[in-house]
Amino acid sequence: MEKTIELINTRIRDGNARAVRADQMPDIVDELGVEGALREVDVVTTGTFGAMCSSGAFFNFGHSDPPIRMEKVWMNEVEAYAGIAAVDAYLGATQKSETRGISYGGAHVLEDLVAGNSVRLRAQSKGTDCYPRKTLDIDLNLEDMNQATMVNPRNSYQSYVAASNTTDRTLYTYMGTLLPNAGNVSYSGAGCLSPIPNDPGLRIIGSGVPIFLCGAEGMIIGEGTQTSPGNGFANLMTTGNMNDMSTDFLRAATFKGYNSTLYVGLGVPIPVLDEDVVRRTAVRDEDLKTTIADYGVPSRDRPTLREVTYAELKSGHVEMDGEEVKTSSLSSYKKALEVADELKAWVESGKMELALPTRRMDTKKTPRPMRDRARAPQVRDIMNTSLVTISEDEDIQTAAKRLLRGETNHLPVLDDTNRLVGIVTTFDISKAVASNGKGDTVRDIMTKRVIYTSPAEAVDVATHKLERNNISALPVVDENGKLVGILSAINLSKLFERGWKQ
Amino acid sequence: MKLLVTFSKKGGKQPLIAQTVKDTGVLINVERAFIDSNEGEVLISIPDKDTKIICDAMKKAGARVKKMEDSVIRDESECVNCGACISVCPQDVLSFDETWTLCVDGSKCVLCGKCVDACPHQALSLLP
Repeated sequence: MEKTIELINTRIRDGNARAVRADQMPDIVDELGVEGALREVDVVTTGTFGAMCSSGAFFNFGHSDPPIRMEKVWMNEVEAYAGIAAVDAYLGATQKSETRGISYGGAHVLEDLVAGNSVRLRAQSKGTDCYPRKTLDIDLNLEDMNQATMVNPRNSYQSYVAASNTTDRTLYTYMGTLLPNAGNVSYSGAGCLSPIPNDPGLRIIGSGVPIFLCGAEGMIIGEGTQTSPGNGFANLMTTGNMNDMSTDFLRAATFKGYNSTLYVGLGVPIPVLDEDVVRRTAVRDEDLKTTIADYGVPSRDRPTLREVTYAELKSGHVEMDGEEVKTSSLSSYKKALEVADELKAWVESGKMELALPTRRMDTKKTPRPMRDRARAPQVRDIMNTSLVTISEDEDIQTAAKRLLRGETNHLPVLDDTNRLVGIVTTFDISKAVASNGKGDTVRDIMTKRVIYTSPAEAVDVATHKLERNNISALPVVDENGKLVGILSAINLSKLFERGWKQ
Repeated sequence: MKLLVTFSKKGGKQPLIAQTVKDTGVLINVERAFIDSNEGEVLISIPDKDTKIICDAMKKAGARVKKMEDSVIRDESECVNCGACISVCPQDVLSFDETWTLCVDGSKCVLCGKCVDACPHQALSLLP
């Protein structure tokens, strides 16, 4: 048995269509069988509600008199991109306010507009013969504009890598607050309720398909940027009219230490055409796998700590290295359920008819890393390899002489096996002298917990360590634990004086 | 029961907590303490049944006592029930009920403030 999209739409128009939320589908299939479920269910509704940084909106403000060609545009002091047409701009959710920083970003402007508030529009132009006006400063609300069209270049991810942190300090990331020593795990996505896991082959989900977007009837444009259906991380580019949106399903947020972002509610109704659709929509959280990555490694390829299912993530804790670790969701499952319920009500009340894709997406695609010809500078490129060191048994006076002779402020301290065991700075020596000789040997005054770098570490990462710890040099230790150099603030200046060339 | 005990150190260095334990025989668990040269603020945990004895003893010694019951304030109009706060809390104050709604058990809170920082919607605050 198969059902056509026309049949399903006729049932929707007649008010006879039966819609079911995706999380309820597995039990229905268990009870009625695949064939029975195909007969009973016409539409499966999905939903997700989470942080979708890749969100924003195109605005057309209308022409002023005399007219202006807006070259630079700010909405509530958040800059929007105006290099489009005379009175059009795109405001991105993650653009921060020039006066209030990340606590108020593009996302907050979008929420303010949807809430019915007016927004201060400021624009600048050089003035031309056809567009003589040079500045503009007015208040506008959503109704005053010709268009306010949300476009999300990539959202509604199929699944998302969960995050933990094995370093010894708290990290503030786009995956939220990550406690030290793998103290928590944070994840995103609604699992079996999310749209794409219910159609991983992207048969039903494609260009032109109507969706629920922040309370409005929106549409899938096509594949999202950086989409990766080839390895289970597909995403969608979507659009919708902001005038029909509601703050019930669109919320601005700020991740401490990271940025502003927009929480978007999105749902795709899936027409139950055949047995294949039934089987796909019967997916359970137990079947949906992702990984937990170590965000403590500031690299593109973060190491995987373990594989995990959405069922485990949603249970509230996962096991890592024999310990139970609490999980946090960044997306709201309660809101995701509300999205799917709302969509179900739309279908059953005849408000929304369905459509099949006008164009299918490439299901094998995976994104490439940046083709970065100029390798980012590494510590080994600029570190100082002429080492002046000292052993921990030597007295303070020897250390002071060596610092003077070596014209350096930092003396790495080595033990008898030439391993780095501490560091002594001119500050440590001054402190020892000022406190009238508490201790006589290097061992007594050295800093034992040394913050160090490695030859292959990116200079940007090493610089971040210097800043964060408020120190001015890092010993460089190779993979065998051997001291091979020292990186000081003076070495960093090499990058500026020569200009970095490979 | 958790109590926030505030005391002045101007009167000298009284061993407030130790004295109270000795006088009442109640075991006090110190959860957090901020003590500077003039003032001290200590968050203690005691068995519920001993609340009155401890409050009376502390007040007699000149300290101010506040019962900590609703320490975490959740702004329901801002909260979207995501749960970003749940895993950062060291005390299991925050959890989901069966409808995925955030529940707050303020009686366990030690006022560390981690949930306030972790909330993407700035919906949480601590009792002033």
